Amino acid sequence: MNRFSMKNVLKKNVMTIALFVIYLLFVGLAAAVKGTNMLDPSVVTSLIEQNAYVFILGAGMLMCMLTGGNIDLSVGSFVCFAGAVVGLFSVENNLLNKWFGVWEQQLVDGQLQNVLVKAADPLSTPVVLLVAVGIGLLYGAVLGFLIAYVRIPPWIATLAGYLAFRGLGTQILTTASTTNAISNFPKPLLNIFSGKLFETSWGELNIPCFVFGLVAAAAVVFITLYSRAGKIKKGYSADPLGFVIAKCVIMVAIIMFLTIEFALDGGMPVVVLWIVGVLVIYGVITEKTTIGRHFMTVGGNAEASRLSGINNKLIMFVAYLNMSILTVIAALVVTARTGAANSFAGQEFELDAIAACIVGGVSAYGGSGTIIGMVVGAALIGVINQGMSLVGVDQDWIKIVKGLVLLAAVVFEIQSKKGNKKQ
Amino acid sequence: MAKVLLEMNSITKTFPGVKALDNVNLKVEEGEIHALVGENGAGKSTLMNVLSGIYPIGTYDGDIIYDGEVCEFHNIKDSEKKGIVIIHQELALIPYMTIGENMFLGNEQGSKWCIDWNKTYAQADKYLEMVGLSDSSKTLIKDIGTGKQQLVEIAKALAKNAKLLILDEPTSSLNETDSRALLDLMKKLQKEEGMTMIIISHKLNEVSYVADKITVVRDGSTIETLDNRTDEISEARIIKGMVGREITDRFPKRHDVKIGDVMMEVKNWTVYHPEFSERKVCDDVSINVRSGEVVGIYGLMGAGRTELAMSIFGRSYGIGISGDLKLRGESITLKSPKQAIEAGLAYVTEDRKGNGLVLSNSILRNTTLANLAGVSKGTFIDQDKEYEVAVEYVKKLKTKTPSVEQLVGNLSGGNQQKVLLAKWMFANPDVLILDEPTRGIDVGAKYEIYCIINDLAKAGKSVVMISSELPEVIGMSDRIYIMNQAKIVGEMKASDATQENIMACIVGVSGEANSADGEGSEA
Repeated sequence: MNRFSMKNVLKKNVMTIALFVIYLLFVGLAAAVKGTNMLDPSVVTSLIEQNAYVFILGAGMLMCMLTGGNIDLSVGSFVCFAGAVVGLFSVENNLLNKWFGVWEQQLVDGQLQNVLVKAADPLSTPVVLLVAVGIGLLYGAVLGFLIAYVRIPPWIATLAGYLAFRGLGTQILTTASTTNAISNFPKPLLNIFSGKLFETSWGELNIPCFVFGLVAAAAVVFITLYSRAGKIKKGYSADPLGFVIAKCVIMVAIIMFLTIEFALDGGMPVVVLWIVGVLVIYGVITEKTTIGRHFMTVGGNAEASRLSGINNKLIMFVAYLNMSILTVIAALVVTARTGAANSFAGQEFELDAIAACIVGGVSAYGGSGTIIGMVVGAALIGVINQGMSLVGVDQDWIKIVKGLVLLAAVVFEIQSKKGNKKQ
Repeated sequence: MAKVLLEMNSITKTFPGVKALDNVNLKVEEGEIHALVGENGAGKSTLMNVLSGIYPIGTYDGDIIYDGEVCEFHNIKDSEKKGIVIIHQELALIPYMTIGENMFLGNEQGSKWCIDWNKTYAQADKYLEMVGLSDSSKTLIKDIGTGKQQLVEIAKALAKNAKLLILDEPTSSLNETDSRALLDLMKKLQKEEGMTMIIISHKLNEVSYVADKITVVRDGSTIETLDNRTDEISEARIIKGMVGREITDRFPKRHDVKIGDVMMEVKNWTVYHPEFSERKVCDDVSINVRSGEVVGIYGLMGAGRTELAMSIFGRSYGIGISGDLKLRGESITLKSPKQAIEAGLAYVTEDRKGNGLVLSNSILRNTTLANLAGVSKGTFIDQDKEYEVAVEYVKKLKTKTPSVEQLVGNLSGGNQQKVLLAKWMFANPDVLILDEPTRGIDVGAKYEIYCIINDLAKAGKSVVMISSELPEVIGMSDRIYIMNQAKIVGEMKASDATQENIMACIVGVSGEANSADGEGSEA
């Protein structure tokens, strides 16, 4: 029952190969047309940092889409709202003072006026984080309840959130600040979600980052070889050794490439740890756990899933609860990166996450999809975005190309499924 | 002799692996009501789909001669143009549209771009009067009962200028009164409009009441055509034609199986339809099954067998369920499929694609679906163990597949059925309810499924096998319950059972109804 074939490997990894080819293409184009080096550490780092939110939201969107092609349109607006709430409680502002400041009636220019005597204290960072997660849980629970138990179609329930939270977030920001944005976030809060670990100056090889990369590469190689050894020991079919080694070499190459780029750019970006953490956790959930399997089953055939003893409603509820928590993390990452909560934060984030999933081969009808696929999809869109801007293509054209890529990915998915059936 | 309106000559239609129709001939005279009878899967509906162009010309062999000319229908529009209109068993009405709107769907009245609503409703009312429906054509479909909905379907067909009306199981969702009204309407249309009709039905009393001629279809062939006008055809005579098939050694024997204590007992089980809440789908049903025993439940389609099974399996079907369920002698209440699985029940569905398997997933994932805990530590799936389990069941059930990673959607029906069985066997139940376990699979695979059923019985499991194939029920069961119109109408040992006396149980019930109705009409 050895079913290894090079053709299948290539077929499975079409998108990954496309990502490499397109990346190298843009590296060449950028150098030729504008003389920009896309392999420059700062360019690579900014590619990752700019797209951090897509990876995090993509993981949540994947879980929603697995349950049957369901999406969450409220993600972007909730990023704005959560950012505004974090700002509201962590930075001194008008709204906080109005609620919690000490006011006295004083005579100013002969008129009796309410005057702020003592400004309200912003909350400490841990409490702010608790509040942020709290509103995420609350919104997720309400949304999940409406979708799973009241049976409101997901796109309608989340469309309501899309409208309401953009308004609510903007309202908080305009009331709290005359500039319609909250900035000057406390350093401790920012450091949790942005900046670099053990920062060194630019161009100097950052040792902790390098060591971290080495450890990660070693771990990946160890896990791959260990699981293959386990399979052989128990007598199951395993991929040929040559293929596994080639796979390890490629993975190590990618990890070390990124590590060196980060190390030369002042150190490991904090946000990378968040991305890796989220991706590993959700990768394990979707691939290795019963809960992940239940998500796929509900999306694959809801009725079969129900008759197999799975609680479909609970799965739907958890999908949206989970999405909201990841949205809060994305909001913190985005707010920390820009250092400000804006009313236009998070615009079209939901669409970026959905596009990443679709390009990454997640079924638009539910039931199948992987975290790795989503990551490749997100990276592909990110590379196209950055590459075209560096080459100097107009923003409008970038949108047109992204639209076409999305369409092509779906057509490819459907066609390749048809091909499978014929065999 | 009246003019022959329709002639279907040597129609042969093959689906991948199955010959659904084999050299079928059908002759229908103008102005007659012609009944098609036969067991499930005999090919009646396929024949009518050929006639109405659902299976277009070229996908079958043979000729259709209608009204004197050879017809080549490419789609249903072509046949409707000629006046052949089919009314399917499942009503195709849109609940939130009015009767009038529904009647002229795809046949809108008025100019090309603009619907003339006055004309629509005036026309609709005219046809409604013809079928004896007094409701306004502006009533929403959802506000009228199924009986009236069936009449709307007929009115809709009349509005298409139907000359030949095909009714596929028109009374399957109707109660006695509504059924009788419908049949009388058919007779009225025949007399007053000279309409030609073909009716497909499992209810033999209705067939002999309404039909002029009866054609019996069996295993994809027309067996005989009986004339109900010249000699009164008894139901027993029809049955003889329907089931006249020998039971050969198509069924593996079970040896040395010890039948133990009562494992599951259902008493006074009553279930109502989830949408038409006044309709009973199971009426005071009591059955039991012992360990090591295979109990067959025989009944025609719509008798309430699936409904019974699913309502027992954690109330996964129906509302207002009442009655007692005992497992291993103890009363138990199962409120969800999850509880049912935990209590040791398994329901192997008749609809493996619809609600049994996840077609987009692999054999591996489908096999462990109902018992993921069996291959997991906590929430983490032991994927090596899962692989082992899947391979084990593929070997055990002789599932033909290149690997367990194969998507179930790519397997043949027989192999899909084996994966479905594997899924439930791995859940390790004490009672397995198999709903039509051999539907739509070829003879070889059937034999293998029978062997699996025997192995289950040998292992001391209780098997309830629901089937509408008489030879299968008789050949495989230890004991047989016969179900008809939501009730258990008979119970017998398989050794006493013959095709004729099982059918007699079903006729017994409908026969009584028939005679009662007969008295009514005389009075």
